Amino acid sequence: MALSSAGEMDLSHEGESKGRDPVLLSILGLAVVFILAHAIGVLPSWLVRLPESWIPPTAEVLDVVFAFVQNDLGLIHLTRFIAEGPLEFMLDATANLLYGKRRWPNLGPIPWTAIAAAGTVLGYYLGGWRLAALAGGTFLWTALIGQWDIAMQTMSVLVVAAPVAFVIGLLLGIAAWKYTWVDVVIKPVLSILQTLPFFTYLLPAVIFFKVGPTAGAVATIIYAIPPMILMTTLGLKKVSPEVVEAGKMSGSSRFQMLTQVYLPSARTEILVGVNQVIMLCLAMVVLTAFIGMPGLGAKLLAMMGSFKLGRSFEIGVTIVLFAIMLDRLSKAWVVKQPEHHEKGTPWWKEHAFLLAGLAGFVVFYILAQFIDVFTEIGRRQSFSKGKEIDTAIKGFLALDGVRAVTEWLRWFLNVKVLIPFRNSLLWIPTSAFILLIVGFSYWLGGRKSAIYAAIFFTIVALSGWWDRSVITLYTVISAVIISMLIGIPMGIVAARNEVWAKRILLACDTAQTFPSFIYLIPAIMLFGVNDVAVVFAIVIFTTVPLTRYTIEGLRTVPLEITEAADMAGATRRQKLWSVQLPIALPTMAVGFNQAIMFAFFMVIIAAFIGTQDLGQELQRTLAGTELGKNIVLGMNVALMALTFDLTIMAWAEKRKKSLGLD
Amino acid sequence: MDTVIKARNVWKIFGADPVNYLKSMPEGRTFDEIRADGYIAGVKDVSLEVSRGEMLVIMGLSGSGKSTLVRCFSRLHDITGGTIEVEGQDIMSLKEKDLIELRRNKMGMVFQSFGLLPHRTVLDNVAFPLEMRGQDKHDRRKRALEVINLVGLEGREEYFPRELSGGQQQRVGIARSLAIEPDIWFLDEPFSALDPLIRREMQDEFLRLQDLLGKTIVFITHDFDEALRLADRIAIMKDGAVEQCDTPDQIVLHPATEYVAKFTEEIEKSRVVHARVLANPVNGSAPEGEAVRAGHTILQLARQLVNDTREELPVADKNGNLIGVMNRQEALDVLLGAN
Repeated sequence: MALSSAGEMDLSHEGESKGRDPVLLSILGLAVVFILAHAIGVLPSWLVRLPESWIPPTAEVLDVVFAFVQNDLGLIHLTRFIAEGPLEFMLDATANLLYGKRRWPNLGPIPWTAIAAAGTVLGYYLGGWRLAALAGGTFLWTALIGQWDIAMQTMSVLVVAAPVAFVIGLLLGIAAWKYTWVDVVIKPVLSILQTLPFFTYLLPAVIFFKVGPTAGAVATIIYAIPPMILMTTLGLKKVSPEVVEAGKMSGSSRFQMLTQVYLPSARTEILVGVNQVIMLCLAMVVLTAFIGMPGLGAKLLAMMGSFKLGRSFEIGVTIVLFAIMLDRLSKAWVVKQPEHHEKGTPWWKEHAFLLAGLAGFVVFYILAQFIDVFTEIGRRQSFSKGKEIDTAIKGFLALDGVRAVTEWLRWFLNVKVLIPFRNSLLWIPTSAFILLIVGFSYWLGGRKSAIYAAIFFTIVALSGWWDRSVITLYTVISAVIISMLIGIPMGIVAARNEVWAKRILLACDTAQTFPSFIYLIPAIMLFGVNDVAVVFAIVIFTTVPLTRYTIEGLRTVPLEITEAADMAGATRRQKLWSVQLPIALPTMAVGFNQAIMFAFFMVIIAAFIGTQDLGQELQRTLAGTELGKNIVLGMNVALMALTFDLTIMAWAEKRKKSLGLD
Repeated sequence: MDTVIKARNVWKIFGADPVNYLKSMPEGRTFDEIRADGYIAGVKDVSLEVSRGEMLVIMGLSGSGKSTLVRCFSRLHDITGGTIEVEGQDIMSLKEKDLIELRRNKMGMVFQSFGLLPHRTVLDNVAFPLEMRGQDKHDRRKRALEVINLVGLEGREEYFPRELSGGQQQRVGIARSLAIEPDIWFLDEPFSALDPLIRREMQDEFLRLQDLLGKTIVFITHDFDEALRLADRIAIMKDGAVEQCDTPDQIVLHPATEYVAKFTEEIEKSRVVHARVLANPVNGSAPEGEAVRAGHTILQLARQLVNDTREELPVADKNGNLIGVMNRQEALDVLLGAN
């Protein structure tokens, strides 16, 4: 299976003689021997599956270690102090302001109209009428549909988590840029953090930081920090040497250099980091529903659980609107450059937007004291059409034509494709499976990748969760293959036409801002609760990066090269296969890699639908205190994801270098 | 004239362990041999002096080490060997605090791609060095406006760098480097990023400023014409070493090495050589008649040289004092480009 997905890439190896590499041949040969031996029943059983007795009690050991750190070293007092002290204080304050929780400063809740007014002005300031309409529209929709309170529950965590993640990320980013050793230590931690399934963030958060918003906020913060670190370091490294020298020649001290020269010059990258922090926070905050955090995510979870598709759909729309709004506003902030005012501009004109925003806020705040609907739109007044949509969707799905299609798809995929594939993967002996993966890594990424693959998958085998891991892998691979069959052709077709390419890129861009949770809604709607729905959800989720990077890869092909191909008399097809695709492949590989990472992410969330893989077990740990097991499961997912990540990125790097694209 | 910058046997080597490499390096190692050892000689055994009020132009192709050398003078680079004295102070011995002090009060630098801070207005960019040394806001503004006027950017104080043209941005860079009234002014290819017409205009502007201010200047360029136009003295660099350091006249008349000769080949010497340089000491009595001005180039004197019939011409400075005699044939050779 690993080889079948690799087969898609093999045109890049034209002219290379990797096929005759003796190392690769012996790895694959050994794997084949094991498989054949297993087929005729002569393979020793310890090569088929590791005996139980060989499996080290990692989870138990970890539990002991955690118990020691938590209780004997007293870490829990520190974390609980942070949780109950400053963090809870901030969360309570925002909760009071946004939805009126009875805590200091006891001012809230702020009327929705006041927030909507201020948000609209902010939208106008950052991006004109379009963004004003987007921001205003989002708030208006949320209020009118009757979800203002739950939306504000989510936002109250977000507005604390995002700034905290920003500050921590910025400081760590500066440290990593300034001290090499910090960079060396942080890099591997970041790559593990970015591949760890989110359930693994949640349980430690719960154990160390109390259940509820505090744990949710902590998990969210940790989850959102990595990109901020990376963007900060990147931005600081990119500051032009002349600007640095100009700062030095102006006699700046070290501190002045950092605050007055480096950080302001890295503004763009830092703001891109802010955008990513906000988006990751939103994605995570929605998922913290799994540890009982109230808000949009929890509501969505409950509605999906009771199969109320109409309400689920409405909440989905709210989440999507918030995602798009936050994304567009923060991106507009990135590109917003300071504008000068002519000399003698009165101060009120210089701060016109600020004043307008304030005025809108105050006016509606006052009006809301007299007009109730300006403060809150109650359940009965709301325009929610949950039931009607429900009936409509269910009616649509019950139509004979639709039902026939979905039923057939479900049957075909399940019986003819997914289950046989899964069973054959499970049948392969562990030893042969690892050899196949190592062979794949060796073939694509080279020796170093192969060594990592061997180590990582051996750890997975030793964790004692081999079968569940294989099921996880099976879901990921099936979904990615299907989305490649959809996404790559779609990208190729779209890239032919500049207008369409831009449109599809914009759509992909927007789709990537949605919290992953959203993708479960259509899957459940169409296929109910089963394996096909899981694969379907992953497929929509992963088709996005595949399409996007295919288009971007094809667009990076220099114009002269395609013109040269045209002048050489290449047909469209020849041009695509022998000119454009080989040059676009390294970029497409990035998309492929992202698709696999996304798939690993989604497959874990899909545990909610009812899978039999690691995600299911992970979700179960959330109910208890089995921290050790939780970490072991999480590491399994991370190690498998990292294997692919390292291999594919190593290949893309190598390829880019040999094409001279860097 | 006192010496402002004195560089002696300065080396700047890039590589893994430059200090020890330089110590153990055998004498007379060439640039290519050093490179074969895995090191790059950015500056190779350079000795130079810059006098007060002088404009030294360092000329060389890209990679010749001219930018590296000027960064050694301002200690943006730490040198590997030799000594650099600025106003009698060994700058390598300065502590960070003293170095910052020196830059805050004595040095200004202009950069090829301007090095402006993108988030600050013209006014704030120019005031930046003043802010760094903690001057109060009112003073800062006043002084910044002064220099902004000096470089002809009045009315643009509130603009951001990206709203200005290249030439205007470099005016901001110049104004910023002048804000602290530096004694020493480093200019690293300040006009190279500008298109030819603007470059010419900025050179004139620069000469005007220098006339007004009389700073000690180290000016870097890869453009020989620019060097000839501006310099009191020119140092020509190749592979990190100074090939020749002399007045434009001497460089054109007596190139020290093959490399310099190749540079000067295409130059019309009569535009560069001044009568003063061709004047020999008066031997016996000076010739009668009208004297030529010492400060004029041979080209400026062309008509006179052709029309005159005397063998020897008296050369006088602008006050009319006789400083020597010039052989007319020799001057005509320069004019006609004969060797």
